[in-house]
Amino acid sequence: MINLSINNIPVSVEEGTTILQAAKMIGVEIPTLCYHEDQSVKANCRICLVEVKGAKGLLTACSTKVFEGMEVFTNTRAARDARKTVLELILASHPMDCLKCIRNQKCELQKYAAEFFIEELPFERTYQILPKDESSPSIVKDLSKCIKCGRCVEVCQSIQSVGAISYSHRSDEYRIATLFELPLNETVCVYCGQCSLACPVGAIYEKSEIEKVWKALGDPEMHVVVQTAPAVRVSLGEEFGMEPGSIVTGQMVTALRMLGFDRVFDTDFTADLTIIEEGNEFLQRLKNGGPFPMFTSCSPGWVNFVETFYPEFMANLSTCKSPQQMFGALAKTYYAQKMGISPDKIFVVSVMPCTAKKYESAREEMNSSGFRDVDVVLTTRELARMIRESGIDLKKIVESEFDAPFGITSGAGVIFGASGGVMEAALRTVYEVVTQRELGKLDFEDVRGLDGIKEAVINIDGLEVKIAVANSLSNARHLVDKIKSGEREYHFIEVMCCPGGCIGGGGQPIGTVNRVRNERIKSIYEVDANMPIRQSHKNPVIKQLYDEFLEKPLGERSHHLLHTHYRARG
Amino acid sequence: MTKTLNLITEYAGKIKPDSIEEYVSVGGFEALKIAMGKSPIESIEEIKKSKLQGRGGAAYPTGVKWEQAYQIQKNPKYIICNADEGEPGTFKDKVILDHLPLMLIEGMTIAAYILNSPKGFIYIRGEYPESQKIVARAIKAAKERGFLGSDILGTKFSFDIEIISGAGAYVCGENSALVESTEGNSGRPRMKPPFIKNHGYMGMPTLVNNVETFAYVPYILKEGGEKFASYGTEFSGGTKLVCLSGNLVNKGVFEVPFGITLRELIYDIGGGIPDGRKLKFVQLGGSSGPCIPEEMLDTKLCYKELKSKGLTLGSGAILVVDDSNCAVDFLKCVTEFFYHESCGKCTPCREGNKQLLALVNKFANGNATENDLQIIKKVGYIMKNAAFCGLGETAPTAHLSLIKYFEDEFVEHINKKCRANVCNFGGVEND
Repeated sequence: MINLSINNIPVSVEEGTTILQAAKMIGVEIPTLCYHEDQSVKANCRICLVEVKGAKGLLTACSTKVFEGMEVFTNTRAARDARKTVLELILASHPMDCLKCIRNQKCELQKYAAEFFIEELPFERTYQILPKDESSPSIVKDLSKCIKCGRCVEVCQSIQSVGAISYSHRSDEYRIATLFELPLNETVCVYCGQCSLACPVGAIYEKSEIEKVWKALGDPEMHVVVQTAPAVRVSLGEEFGMEPGSIVTGQMVTALRMLGFDRVFDTDFTADLTIIEEGNEFLQRLKNGGPFPMFTSCSPGWVNFVETFYPEFMANLSTCKSPQQMFGALAKTYYAQKMGISPDKIFVVSVMPCTAKKYESAREEMNSSGFRDVDVVLTTRELARMIRESGIDLKKIVESEFDAPFGITSGAGVIFGASGGVMEAALRTVYEVVTQRELGKLDFEDVRGLDGIKEAVINIDGLEVKIAVANSLSNARHLVDKIKSGEREYHFIEVMCCPGGCIGGGGQPIGTVNRVRNERIKSIYEVDANMPIRQSHKNPVIKQLYDEFLEKPLGERSHHLLHTHYRARG
Repeated sequence: MTKTLNLITEYAGKIKPDSIEEYVSVGGFEALKIAMGKSPIESIEEIKKSKLQGRGGAAYPTGVKWEQAYQIQKNPKYIICNADEGEPGTFKDKVILDHLPLMLIEGMTIAAYILNSPKGFIYIRGEYPESQKIVARAIKAAKERGFLGSDILGTKFSFDIEIISGAGAYVCGENSALVESTEGNSGRPRMKPPFIKNHGYMGMPTLVNNVETFAYVPYILKEGGEKFASYGTEFSGGTKLVCLSGNLVNKGVFEVPFGITLRELIYDIGGGIPDGRKLKFVQLGGSSGPCIPEEMLDTKLCYKELKSKGLTLGSGAILVVDDSNCAVDFLKCVTEFFYHESCGKCTPCREGNKQLLALVNKFANGNATENDLQIIKKVGYIMKNAAFCGLGETAPTAHLSLIKYFEDEFVEHINKKCRANVCNFGGVEND
């Protein structure tokens, strides 16, 4: 242990602790902007300045490790003034149009401007207005607001191993740029949106489609249905000040009805359907000898990643559409018929924890009913904005249930929201289908949690099925490279593009860090544990759907509506 | 001109830079043989006795640096020569690169032998294309004759040197940015710790020294550390290459002993100010150095004495500015330089330089107020005390020193008066 003092208060901390962490322990929050708790220390922004007795100049608390006998002063005139000067320098080159900024009230820079009470800037306003990059269907990049902290670059390069953005130029022109400053849609960007979560300000955010939804809701001709992804129910509450991981399924359904949606459905239903189709695809591959490994295809960021970086593995991707797209295709066929509504009068909205889903729904081939499978994708953040705009207090409204028929779901469907969930859901079904025996214990704990790569071998009737689960694209890359080199062999691999799976998706509330991801994961499994049905093949509505419409898994209709194909990108 | 010495510059221009024969004929590579006959510790002791300090600007004791590098238990170790001579007013390394590259190669090879390093780099600024060619020829010649490459001088020791060309960024002279650039990344400084000595090129221990520093090593091993030290002061050993420029009769690179005063440098070696003008100030150590008035010229060239007066010698640039120049106009030029060269990574440097430029322009255009002097000091303070690397820390040095010694001139500019008649207050910005 290291003994030091902070503002004359003695503190004892472990070796390797930074001043920033040590100060937190005695209740002193030192301001930070480039610091991110899940990332490496960058010390670029220099706002966390403190005084240390005997040190030359001021030190950055984020990067300075404590030592025995250190005397830190965070609250001297010099330290306070220095931090304020740094903030003023950043603000001088920031547009400060907070009132019309997407991150209004959720901005780290704005928070400090309020805390430091910046009344008037002593400096020349030197900000530049640069054109916004709105080329992609998922993400908007507005460099005018960028404070050059580098958090987006680290997540794109290190955590996702995509490298769509990096640093370019220098001095005043220093900026976060794509290769040759190409628009985002001409780069290797997979639209995961992790950069938008990492950004402390409003420089990168989801492309909003709220207006299209309001328009459809206001159109009496349109039958507007909404589906909500598994991960949204354990994160939406945070947007309304609830604890991370709060389960708000019932309140969310009520809020969606209050917004005017004609039917509120659950993507968990088509997650169950995915398990039936994908499970059967896997069994077929087992029968036909491959190709192995089979990769899951529910995560559109991951699909984009394969198409961009590993096109030679496209045949390994399951041909199943994602649950979102399966839902859309069924809404405009089976559901339309059942309801007697013309599919062109059905408007499908998805609420997703994801920005890549926007791109996925816009893909040309996603129109197997003859119409767009999904018309608009909203992120969790966008739904929260609609709810706030409508004056609905999520904390005070009653809970209600999803509508039939696509509201009857299983616990297997809900765990799609966490890394390992699709694998676990598939195993719960495949095991029973193959062995014709009841699976005693339904929980596959080896594949749960935030670990980057999880592996297991499952014995299914004498066959040793080798599985792996990866979350975040750097881990996926690591795994695929090992398969490529022949170092590893698997039968079935689940990949989720975002750290922790969809609960950590790029469309989730600002403040999604690993600590919060863990809380959401716990909640997802809590929801699963409390479900009366926990296996997809036991969902009665799925059985009914096959009886009434699809006939059999991998059948003609399934092939047409529920499966897709891939193409090399880039 | 009797006050100059020539411990290392004696043969500059007298022998062919890439001729092994000519270099050997004047005692070249004898020091390498001496070093190979000694233990690394013995060679390091000799360098410690010489009181040689890094000539790039930081003035860290070379013997201590090499001893630390020697003690690190991690291999391979790399040697990098910082020849990114980008400090305005500095052109002394070019003398060694162009005229005595084999002396540099010998110095680096001795360091490599001491550290058992297989590989070295000479990072030469992109603006020195001719120097790159000369050094390349010298490396080739040394390899052909067994002074470099495999099995040097018939021993089992092998060492190779590669030339890396800079691409024009001043910040690459900062050691960690230089290592980043050598690795092929864009040249921006790294966070320290970990330090370059432990975690440098490709994450391995790396010794980075300036061209001039390496060039003294052969002399020290041949003649002994004590003899070298005897030329300087008690605290700063040997000689220093200084670059005299500006309003002087004799400009150029001179090898002088430590202990000489700035006045002697300017009037005895530099021949004084031409055209009967008066000296206004001297900028010491390049654009990142302080501007000091006439009253301080009796200061001795000695790291310790300079430090006691709040000054640094930096790379050895001595820029003399006469009274035909305006302090504000001069500062504008310095500010534009740093504004252009900031890498952009940290707030104080990126935003600070931008603000300084706007502020200095206000003075140059006659739009400044009393308060702007305080704002310059405020920006200067945060840059000096909170920037990520030496570039940002030293960029406001000229500002803070000029305001300290020539505040009158700044105040005059507030009242649209330029005593040197350089600034144009017609509302049109003068470039």
